[in-house]
Amino acid sequence: MSATQRTPLAPPGTWALGMRRVSIELKQFFRDRQSAVFNFLLPVLLLVIFGSVFGSQSLGARSDITFAQYFVAGMIASGIVYTSFQNLAISIPLEREDGTLKRLQGTPMPKLAYFVGKVGLVFVAYVAQVTLLMLVGRLFYGLHLPDTAAQWFTFAWVSVLGLVCCTLLGIAFSAVPREGKGASAIVSPVVLVLQFTSGVFFVFSQLPHWMQVFASLFPLKWLTQAMRSVFLPDSAQALEVAGTWELGRCALVLGAWCVAGLVLAVVFFRWTRRGEA
Amino acid sequence: MTDDLAIDVSGLRKRYGDLWAVDGVDLQVSRGECFALLGPNGAGKTTTTEILEGYRRRDSGEVRVLGTDPAYANPLWKSRIGIVLQSDRDLGDLTVEESVRHFAGYYPQPRKPDEVIEWVGLAEKRSAKNATLSGGQRRRLDVALGIIGRPELLFLDEPTTGFDPEARRGFWDLIKALKAEGTTIMLTTHYLEEAEHLAERVAVISAGRVLACGDPDTLGGRQRGTARVSWLEAGEVRVVDTPHPTEVVLEASARLGGDVPELSVTRPTLEQVYLQLVGPEAAE
Repeated sequence: MSATQRTPLAPPGTWALGMRRVSIELKQFFRDRQSAVFNFLLPVLLLVIFGSVFGSQSLGARSDITFAQYFVAGMIASGIVYTSFQNLAISIPLEREDGTLKRLQGTPMPKLAYFVGKVGLVFVAYVAQVTLLMLVGRLFYGLHLPDTAAQWFTFAWVSVLGLVCCTLLGIAFSAVPREGKGASAIVSPVVLVLQFTSGVFFVFSQLPHWMQVFASLFPLKWLTQAMRSVFLPDSAQALEVAGTWELGRCALVLGAWCVAGLVLAVVFFRWTRRGEA
Repeated sequence: MTDDLAIDVSGLRKRYGDLWAVDGVDLQVSRGECFALLGPNGAGKTTTTEILEGYRRRDSGEVRVLGTDPAYANPLWKSRIGIVLQSDRDLGDLTVEESVRHFAGYYPQPRKPDEVIEWVGLAEKRSAKNATLSGGQRRRLDVALGIIGRPELLFLDEPTTGFDPEARRGFWDLIKALKAEGTTIMLTTHYLEEAEHLAERVAVISAGRVLACGDPDTLGGRQRGTARVSWLEAGEVRVVDTPHPTEVVLEASARLGGDVPELSVTRPTLEQVYLQLVGPEAAE
């Protein structure tokens, strides 16, 4: 039959293609050495280094909690930021530059399927990463895995809320780098500054007040705090600035950043390179 | 706006700042036709093509591609077109086979991935990472991804840039096979030989306007314009450019008593016509 005479059939839907996107995104994510190292393995490497150097030091007056335990919670929270925000804010500008986005736009793929693929990638990469972190933390650095259903529940909702929020922010932030090549130089410092001020590398309550105020504006501080509520004993609340885990406030701040992230992503996300429209 | 037109464009204009990149273009491409857009760099070819593909917005004019305004393209419409863009570097970490299979899944009635890989001549490279392909192999992958959805209309933007002559011949055979299946082809190229070989009609575009449009054999009055007659007379080569070559030959024949030694009558090549149209400086 000639190509001109056939009746057009509807192309596959958003969900079906979204699942195809997830699988291709995962292949590309793990095959790309840069993304596999910086977004996936980096927290594990940092855990090994920091755990080995400072691991057995106890935290201030608390002789029953080691820095390694405190640090694992921070690294798991950082893992959320690495696999979602840092990953997308660096890879989307590259995809915009190398023609990926333009090629997809020229296919019948519904645009939403692209984002379904990114969300799937982020969730799978995070689950794999956090499993690895918990395993290494448990085996070598005295990490206590949560032992109540309530703690696991907290772990689940904090993870999901954090991933949604940081995925949306990563999509929005992908509009910032002018070139794909320079994206990591813009995104990595943002992540690093937040890590230093949010209680990942240092104990949060020992930071200067202004730094605590600054970090409280952003999601990572609340993610680390909520993760500490999952992995540290309840008595460790005494080490928090507020003296409690403040889970309600964590949910509120992360929820607010989800809404802001969605708005920013819708307003600023670009399919095309600058000057093309 | 009849149904036998794959592309129908009238009065198309697009401005970048103060510059009209496309300044009143009219084009009609019939279904099943291979149409070539020729022109120097910056002539407005890519802008025009990208408006037809739905990538860019126009400032004014009417555009119908497969009966639809590309500015309001939906997935169904996109499943009926195929696009081969210039110089892509994406998908580097995937293999040829993974890429073609993946993109086949986007379309309702795709061609068989294995057949397409074979067809574009990448069978031996099917398990190679795309990043390791040579320039010509990479272009063939782009073509494979452009035709995997069995498009009714295929856009090819400078498809054979960087091909050696043999690869180009192979590519031309592929395009002819697609045409034989009824695929409409919109080709952008700066290889005049390619346009002459593949296209039923060509349009020469410069500074955002169509300067001439028609059969490559008769473009710009090629068959009616000046011909060059040359022959050997009294020991020297005589050359005459004339709009009436028959008269020149008959006169020479009468003068020389029948046989005209080393006689040749040549028409201007497409390249000469093209250079006349766009001007030598515009053609680089």
